[in-house]
Amino acid sequence: MGAIRLENVKKTFGTIDVIPGVDLDINDGEFVVFVGPSGCGKSTLLRLIAGLEDVTDGKILIDGIDVANEPPAKRGLSMVFQSYALYPHMTVYNNIAFGLKMAGESKAVIKEKVQNAAKILNLTDYLERRPGALSGGQRQRVAIGRAIVRNPAAFLFDEPLSNLDAALRVNMRLEITGLHQDLKTTMIYVTHDQVEAMTMADKIVVLQAGRVEQVGKPMDLYSNPANKFVAGFIGSPKMNFLGGDYAKKHNCYEIGIRPEHFTISTESGDIAATVKIAEHLGAETYLHINADGVGPMTVRATGEVPLSEHDKIWLTPEPDRIHRFDAQGTALAKQ
Amino acid sequence: MENKQTVLGHIGFSIFAWIVGLLIFFPIFWMVLTSFKTELEAVSMPPAFFDFDWTLENYAEVQARSDYFRFALNSVILSVGSTLVGLLFAVPCAWAMAFNPTKRTKDTLLWMLSTKMMPPVGVLVPIYLVFRDWGLLDTRFGLIMVLFLMNLPIMVWMLYTYFKEIPSDILEAARMDGATLLKEIIFVLLPMAVPGIASTMLLNIILAWNEAFWTLNLTTADAAPLTAFIASYSSPEGLFWAKLSAASTLAVAPILIIGWFSQKQLVRGLTFGAVK
Ligand SMILES: Nc1ncnc2c1ncn2[C@@H]1O[C@H](COP(=O)(O)OP(=O)(O)OP(=O)(O)O)[C@@H](O)[C@H]1O
Ligand SMILES: [Mg+2]
Repeated sequence: MGAIRLENVKKTFGTIDVIPGVDLDINDGEFVVFVGPSGCGKSTLLRLIAGLEDVTDGKILIDGIDVANEPPAKRGLSMVFQSYALYPHMTVYNNIAFGLKMAGESKAVIKEKVQNAAKILNLTDYLERRPGALSGGQRQRVAIGRAIVRNPAAFLFDEPLSNLDAALRVNMRLEITGLHQDLKTTMIYVTHDQVEAMTMADKIVVLQAGRVEQVGKPMDLYSNPANKFVAGFIGSPKMNFLGGDYAKKHNCYEIGIRPEHFTISTESGDIAATVKIAEHLGAETYLHINADGVGPMTVRATGEVPLSEHDKIWLTPEPDRIHRFDAQGTALAKQ
Repeated sequence: MENKQTVLGHIGFSIFAWIVGLLIFFPIFWMVLTSFKTELEAVSMPPAFFDFDWTLENYAEVQARSDYFRFALNSVILSVGSTLVGLLFAVPCAWAMAFNPTKRTKDTLLWMLSTKMMPPVGVLVPIYLVFRDWGLLDTRFGLIMVLFLMNLPIMVWMLYTYFKEIPSDILEAARMDGATLLKEIIFVLLPMAVPGIASTMLLNIILAWNEAFWTLNLTTADAAPLTAFIASYSSPEGLFWAKLSAASTLAVAPILIIGWFSQKQLVRGLTFGAVK
């Protein structure tokens, strides 16, 4: 079991209010992803849940029990660090076994559990090696192995894949998703990566300056962002924001249109623009354009588009994909 | 052009280093040489370098007159003892400073080091009186305490710089793995810091071995280490250079040998943190 509930959790470092107050419900077995700009307090929030930092105020309930004042060891959670944080002086076997030893398990139980984890993670051949003699991906798997043998109530991941190269990252992403499907244990995962957030999460928590901006399923956040911040943060390339006359036409302060929600024409449309840079990726094309009376925008077209620098184009937003915002940046109902 | 200059620079620098090295080494070399001379040759002018009658009589006489091994044993007990007691206090202290720093950690460290700037003679009388009243004079225990306290700031400082280099993630991982504080320090921190601890111990053993102020002032016979052994040859015997040299050679030999074998460790220890 691993249902986690944060009630008005606060954290200050000295005089800096890093987390001014967070309420959050995480259901048992859920895969929750924390996203947000650098320095917004994702790691701090995760470390508060882990018990590596003390809360300034508030409650952290794991399966209904407040653990806010318990040491990490008593919370029954496992953490995978960005730096892997393996014990460099121990073999892979001992790295994975360390938590079990601390828990006072018998040698036989430890051996069975470690070998089981090693099998799941393809580490069987490396058990006698030191972490220094492993590749980045293998080290990450050892770190995950160390986390799973303890059979925790929940896994905490702090940007676990950011030190890996792109190809390996895709592999490990799939492995972690697979692991979640097998274990069905609660996972809280901090990332910078849009793709990781969208593909892995059951629920995304968007943070800004220590506040929860929105919580929801990935596609809900994509289709119905609660405010301009979430709208701009979720989705890549970023949503385009247009004010002035374009917004007035829709009775609001500002409208937002995602780069993929335009119809492009070389003859007519709502917005006239000039192509600045066309990035042809084959499967899709990114057009960085300068729209008349608006400024720079990004448009994404599927497939190959025969456009290049200085071409004149017209854009028409898909009407039901227009996001409307008021002056405070709060999203208004779609028209 | 630039290459030639750097080569010349290297040569110049090497020569300079050799001169400094020889200057530092020469007194020790001269002491060892003198210990093999007769008393007459030891004071002869001009001094003889190698063309004298090599003799071991000084060593025989020194051992006959005073029991070298008793002093040596005391030196070992005092230096190793004070270092081990020091570690017991310095490790937790450095752990706290390196991994749970506060605003004042840096100041505390500097303050600890600043106590080393006070001339020890300034506290000789109070410490002597405390020793006398508590019956610690000329006891190994008393000396170990004094030496350990004298070297504690350096031990904490050295261990602190070592611990600073250990990523705190790893200790946090141990905490997540359910390790208690003591287990975290014993099973994770200390094994990772072995080189640092080894060089800290080594330096402290050497410092304690060579410490002459407190050992001379607070001991007479029972707890007297090799420093007292050397001192006993300097004053009452007048100008017996050869015997004094033999005694000194015997006193520094063990630590010189240990130092020689572990110089790599030592250099690494002393420059740790300076070059990442
Ligand atoms: N020990 C600390 N003392 C003081 N301030 C801290 C401490 N730890 C974190 N902070 C501050 O808290 C804020 C949030 O930091 P945190 O590491 O949680 O951000 P993050 O969202 O994980 O960022 P990133 O994506 O770059 O990892 C930052 O402004 C940081 O400077
Ligand atoms: Mg972070």
